[in-house]
Amino acid sequence: MASPVTEAAQRIFADLADPQAVNRDAGGAWKAPLWRALEEAGLTLAWVPEALGGAGARLAEGFEVLAAAGRYALAAPLAETLLAGWLLARGGLTAPSGMMSLAPAQPGEPILLDPDGALRGRARAVPFAPEAAHFAVLAQGATGARVALVEARACKVDAGKTLAGDSLGEVVFDGTTALTHASAEVDATELLLMGCIARAVQSAGALGTLLELALRYAGERVAFERPIGRFQAVQHNLARLAGEASAALAASASAADAIERAARFDEGVFLEAAAAKIRCAEAAHEGAAIAHQVFGAIGYSQEHILHRFTLRLLAWREDFGNESLWAAELGRRVAQHGADELWPLIAAR
Amino acid sequence: MNAALHFDPIRLPPECIRLRQEVREFLEGELDSGRRGRREVFNREFSRKVGAKGWIGMTWPQKYGGRGRSHLERYVVTEEFLAARAPVRLHFVADRQSGPVLLRYAPEHIKADLLPRICRGELCFCIGMSEPGSGSDLFAAKTRAVPASGGFVVNGTKIWTSNAHQADYMLGLFRTSPPAADNRRHGLSQFLVDMKAPGIRVNPIRQMSGEHDFNEVVFTDAFIPQDHLLGEIDGAWKQATSELAYERSGPERFLETLDVLIALVRLLGAQPDLRAAEGLGRLVAQLHALRRMSVSVSGMLAAGAEPVVEGSIVKDLGTLWEQRLPARVRELAAFAPSDGAARASFDERLEFATLIAPKLTIQGGTTEVLRGIVARGLGLR
Repeated sequence: MASPVTEAAQRIFADLADPQAVNRDAGGAWKAPLWRALEEAGLTLAWVPEALGGAGARLAEGFEVLAAAGRYALAAPLAETLLAGWLLARGGLTAPSGMMSLAPAQPGEPILLDPDGALRGRARAVPFAPEAAHFAVLAQGATGARVALVEARACKVDAGKTLAGDSLGEVVFDGTTALTHASAEVDATELLLMGCIARAVQSAGALGTLLELALRYAGERVAFERPIGRFQAVQHNLARLAGEASAALAASASAADAIERAARFDEGVFLEAAAAKIRCAEAAHEGAAIAHQVFGAIGYSQEHILHRFTLRLLAWREDFGNESLWAAELGRRVAQHGADELWPLIAAR
Repeated sequence: MNAALHFDPIRLPPECIRLRQEVREFLEGELDSGRRGRREVFNREFSRKVGAKGWIGMTWPQKYGGRGRSHLERYVVTEEFLAARAPVRLHFVADRQSGPVLLRYAPEHIKADLLPRICRGELCFCIGMSEPGSGSDLFAAKTRAVPASGGFVVNGTKIWTSNAHQADYMLGLFRTSPPAADNRRHGLSQFLVDMKAPGIRVNPIRQMSGEHDFNEVVFTDAFIPQDHLLGEIDGAWKQATSELAYERSGPERFLETLDVLIALVRLLGAQPDLRAAEGLGRLVAQLHALRRMSVSVSGMLAAGAEPVVEGSIVKDLGTLWEQRLPARVRELAAFAPSDGAARASFDERLEFATLIAPKLTIQGGTTEVLRGIVARGLGLR
């Protein structure tokens, strides 16, 4: 059952981010009305407590909203703004309105905060950085982790595009002054894995739509005098697509549930989050390939919405550390704990 | 056309955590008493001990020897036994499939006789489905059961029947009428067969792995009493129970080759190179995802839902994963130390897993059949 929050989000996506309409709208005029509606519904700051100006939704509700966004292949920084609000709230900082993103967005890129409030460092591949008004930054201060809020215009942003054509950028903090900052008990691994779970639930949503689109098309498209869905070879491909969509759904829902329940970010939660990232990235690759095979040439055209889903699925694999980086980290941890701990780790989830 | 797939993030309830601890302590004790390292699958003494613990037929009513415990508790016991490669062959089929069928379709006096003995770990069952010329296509079965005074007389041959040489009973699918013009599934009936009855010959079939599970079972005028008919005459096709979904989605569908992954971790040591670490991480992530899918289906079944498509998907993905696992760990082990005890143990396990890999996507419903079931569930058939 979808929660009222998710239902509200779904209505907004259906009205204002319909993939067909977005695909025809080369100028991107759809985005401003959509964002306004999301803000009015309190969805952009869902993870910010009411006391700090947000909606105070549970983590699970926010992830449900992101799964719904994935079903529309939403090309707006909703996940990023949710994550930024969550990070700011960890430091007790009030979140501003408007689009936000977060830094770091890749592993191994420490950002330093001077005692006088100046940030130094570089964050690569920050999703939607060129469109964000603010960045929530996790930095290292003299006495531990600090969360900082920074105006985007105070930073140097080197704009780029993802495989799907969505904006991203390298953000350089060159003595940039933070608007506010506070200490917080959160580390970069936890932040990035929150991002990974967000991408996992988005991917599961997109794979769900991919399956629906492919099933509908296979039932309609006639070749060799029957709907192509009547051919066993096509049926088996669609069954595989359903399998990949299922694996992504199970892994992402499990990770979202795990982080909702977790009192602290332990090895079990690390497994859940990393596994969601890894398995959803694999499903994205397999699922996108199968869907394109089902659609044939029409699915390769700009006019068709298929690429809105397949390219975002592929692009999301890169965000917050690609799945190979997390697989190596998971593998190292498993090796460190030793052979006898592997099954107990799996069985405890 | 309905593509709504459900994999709710179900967590095992607290009683499962206590039970798991109990099962591990039991297995630890058993392994320490000389069982460690033995590749043994069938052990009467072990099955009796498991029965004494109350872990066979544990979901069945107490009046038949069961413990009235939940399907999720049974899930925990099953996965711990599999992960430890415990020798459960004697009671596994009876616990998973045959018992539940008897519970549902056998007359009271047979239930009262057999079910408590299954629960005590005394009875081994086999499943007589495939025939020469009828494997995946069950409804092509030709072995006939013809009415005779007080029962039926059976003639024909079953094949690929696992454990028939050790089984006390078979649940057999026999033809009692020709297929109907409008329903080729009509005309098959399910029977309880006493394997010690006259007219039943079991011929061993050796496997390429060196094991012997398979048999050919030849029926020559074998008599089956009337009360051994299970359910409706000619109507066996309607009698698929929810256990079928448990069977498809259970932990046995992805844990069959788990020991090579554990042996790989031992071989790689605490500091694997980057390539091995990355490969290992992916395998662990895939295993975790499969298990979460499997637990989810079990939880949905226990809650009364019928996740038929989801169950088939778990088996399709799970068996392919456990089948590819030996090949993946072989690649990841290539640059690890090539001598020492960990390598010897790894090589031995890898060899066995490689030998059994081909059967994993065939037994209990082939990949092709499963994908057909998924396609039907998706509205394509």
